[in-house]
Amino acid sequence: MSALPLLIEIGTEEIPDWMIRNAVSNFREMVTSLLAEEQLGGVIRFADATPRRIALIADQVLSKQPDREELVFGPPKSAAFQDGKPTSAALGFARKNGVEVDMLRIEATPKGEYVAVRKMTPGRSAKQILAQALPDLILKIYFPKTMYWTGKGGARFIRPIRWLVAVLGENEVIPFEIEGVASSNITDGHRRLGARAIFVHAGNYVSQLEANGVIVCSEQRKRRILDGMAKLVEGTGLRVKADSALLETLVFLTEYPTPILGSFDRHYLALPEEVLVTVMRHHQKYFSLEDEAGRLAPNFIAVINMASDPEGIVRHGNERVLQARFNDARFFWEFDQRKRLEDRVPDLAHVTFQAKLGSYLDKTHRMVALVREFGGDAHAVRAALLSKCDLTTEMVKEFTELQGIMGGLYARQQGEPEEVARAIYDHYKPLSMEDSIPATLGGCLVALADKVDTLRGCFELGLAPTGSKDPFALRRAAQGVVKILVEGKIALSLDRLAAGNHELRDFLLDRVRYYFKDVRGFRYDEVNAVLASAADDLVDVEQRLLAIQTVRPTADFEPLAASFKRIQNILRQAGFTGCGAVDASLLEPGPEQELFAAFEKLRLQVSALREKKDYEPALVAIASLRPQVDRFFDHVLVNVSNETVRQNRLTLLANLLTEFSSIADFSEIVTSS
Amino acid sequence: MDTFQETIFKLKQYWSDRGCIITEPYDVEVGAGTMCPETFLRVLGPKPYRVAYIQPSRRPADGRYGENPNRLYKHQQLQVILKPSPADILDQYLGSLEAIGIDLNKHDLKFEEDNWESPTLGAWGIGWQVMMDGLEITQFTYFQQCGGVDLDLVPAEITYGMERLVAFLQGRSSVYDIDWTREVKYATVRLAEELQHSVYNFELASVDTLWQLFSLHEKECQRLLDAYASYPEKSRFPLLAAYDHVLKCSNLFNLLDARGAISVTERVGVIGRVRKLAVGVASLWLDQQSAASESLNEVAVQ
Repeated sequence: MSALPLLIEIGTEEIPDWMIRNAVSNFREMVTSLLAEEQLGGVIRFADATPRRIALIADQVLSKQPDREELVFGPPKSAAFQDGKPTSAALGFARKNGVEVDMLRIEATPKGEYVAVRKMTPGRSAKQILAQALPDLILKIYFPKTMYWTGKGGARFIRPIRWLVAVLGENEVIPFEIEGVASSNITDGHRRLGARAIFVHAGNYVSQLEANGVIVCSEQRKRRILDGMAKLVEGTGLRVKADSALLETLVFLTEYPTPILGSFDRHYLALPEEVLVTVMRHHQKYFSLEDEAGRLAPNFIAVINMASDPEGIVRHGNERVLQARFNDARFFWEFDQRKRLEDRVPDLAHVTFQAKLGSYLDKTHRMVALVREFGGDAHAVRAALLSKCDLTTEMVKEFTELQGIMGGLYARQQGEPEEVARAIYDHYKPLSMEDSIPATLGGCLVALADKVDTLRGCFELGLAPTGSKDPFALRRAAQGVVKILVEGKIALSLDRLAAGNHELRDFLLDRVRYYFKDVRGFRYDEVNAVLASAADDLVDVEQRLLAIQTVRPTADFEPLAASFKRIQNILRQAGFTGCGAVDASLLEPGPEQELFAAFEKLRLQVSALREKKDYEPALVAIASLRPQVDRFFDHVLVNVSNETVRQNRLTLLANLLTEFSSIADFSEIVTSS
Repeated sequence: MDTFQETIFKLKQYWSDRGCIITEPYDVEVGAGTMCPETFLRVLGPKPYRVAYIQPSRRPADGRYGENPNRLYKHQQLQVILKPSPADILDQYLGSLEAIGIDLNKHDLKFEEDNWESPTLGAWGIGWQVMMDGLEITQFTYFQQCGGVDLDLVPAEITYGMERLVAFLQGRSSVYDIDWTREVKYATVRLAEELQHSVYNFELASVDTLWQLFSLHEKECQRLLDAYASYPEKSRFPLLAAYDHVLKCSNLFNLLDARGAISVTERVGVIGRVRKLAVGVASLWLDQQSAASESLNEVAVQ
């Protein structure tokens, strides 16, 4: 049995750049499991893609499956043979399996003796298996949005499949067909730089394509862009502004990327940098550059899908387009100044927020009320009133990603106080968990009001996100709320923000957990412990978490946590719910009285510390109770037959647990012992 | 360097050579070439069709009184429909660029994801905006649904924005500076129209009158749709006339919108009303088509 390399390539029309990486890994996984399930061996050494092709190379694929020998069982011996002669059951079984009756054998099984036949199933060839499996497998590659390209009921894929390559070894084509496209060993080069029919196999695929203007390896395309950019700015004193998301986009928008350096007239630098960068980045997919002092330079880098631009035609074209875009932006900038933000407030009645939640004017009114309720000052209230007005400006209609930012810039330009301008500018922040929160308290409050209003409204309408569907970006809004509350040190009650909507409160709590665990890196049991005792004030939650994190490594902490869990179990098993005062006269001398005495002494100290939010010393104090608790459990039996004594002991434990669980519920701590 | 009209001639010739019927613009106001019956209705059903036409397309809200060099109330789209879409459709498209003098070996071309959707027509498609040296020169769409109906044969729609494309070819930074002919600039032909319609759309249009017109066209269309079921000879029934009223409604909606006369709460509802008419025409059209092909078959059998 020989082992051969396998090449598969799906040739398509241009796939959206942002879907490609996931599609490749999904394809890779499916091929891996196919080879494994079919016992075809194979080691995938290459899986990558360009906008027009998804390719995979596996080495050492077996040309056929190993033969399989299996035992096929028939009727029981008793039914198959009578007086040593085969019955019709035995004859039928032999016939069905294509053997003479004397080939039958008797096998002992746990259920008794049965007739069986040893059967060889010859392994099928890889060619046969792959030819059968690949069409379905390819069409199963996951894409977020698919299309059909022949007609109703036809195959669906991300874009039309135009060619298919499937070759085993050097020239054995694995034959199959998808929507009339037959597989072959012929691929297509770059639309302009390569030949349209190129014979390939696993051994020459990458080099043949490179010779035809296609760099199949995405990492290599990335390198080519980065190296090319470095070379372009060498000795110019310019620096490329790093932009990994843009780089990723360009890697998957090109088959042969080449960066080129262009420039624009210096006088456009009078426009706000935010506007210039947005035009370059979002609309033209250009990198922007800065000079040695970190100021925006009148240059850009475009990445073209060609080998070079010897006559500067492409550069010139891009420069013209950029100039037109900047002219638009300047026109918008000047035009928008004709109407002040405050005069635009009534116009918000014509901008839909959400069909059932009314216009942005309605939203603005709600936001103003919320900012007041949150204790915002006059500047914050003013910022809330003006925050959405930029939605009616030409600039934001054209460059929607500049919402908020433009409002802030226009506010500043129109002489609004800096606090107001800044709060408007920042109020969509944080845009992600990595993004910072608004720089000022006013900005934080306006941002909170905006997000809380969206969350409340959508949850009231039953529009909570389900699964991966979150069209109103409510997760991001809730995440933003949590981040602002904690990092802005704003002690607003989550309950109050959720306005009595339990579903919303739980949704926010989910985000709280996510934030502290995944963003801040607290251990999950610490987060659970702290949230179990109180979760309403996130500033306080953070302080308690930090205290636990500090105290946890000390010797007494985890053992005490284990004891608390034990207490909780005892109480639960006893079905104990009462919590009166401990009757000191019923306490036995020794460990029980000692525990009570220590507890009485500590409770005052702990509650004083807790009041002052001195959580760390409070936890240290609680942990110091460990020797008494340990001795208590070593020497005192809780479940004694005297019911009064038993109740009193449970009361003591319950008091201990309640009193000391208000910083964190220690029973949630997962102890290592 | 070709003039505006020469470039149009060349594109029409190119697509004519590839089996397209070349028609003149549709004579009812539309927001895009897609809305013309030659696209909206022809893409429905199982009959192959190829057509190309220039369609002046009105977008009242985009009017800028002729002051903005790149933005127009009315622009000329060159619309191509190939149904079903041939396997080499993108190569044919690239050929059309070469036909109007673009040397593709000297330019940078990218196909960037851009899907199209028209809620008022119950239509959507998958495709790209085609970028040449950083400029969007074409919208390319594989239709998936029209009038809420899955399409039997997927058509490719190619839409060239002629002003933008020719400004690129002629190296003009304002569309008004385009040479329409060697003697006449674009501004001479169109500037007054841009200015006056902007004034009308934004300032003088009577909101009351526009609403009344909307209701009248809606009523007339609905009356026809209701009458179809009991009409004896289906192939004579004027669905095409009903569809004209849908187009009128759509344009009036755009005018009212530009005038700022449609409140937020009304908006979704009004779109829904137009959509209902469009979907209604589409489904009756399919019925009419299949009735027609059945009666043809009967004739053939006899």
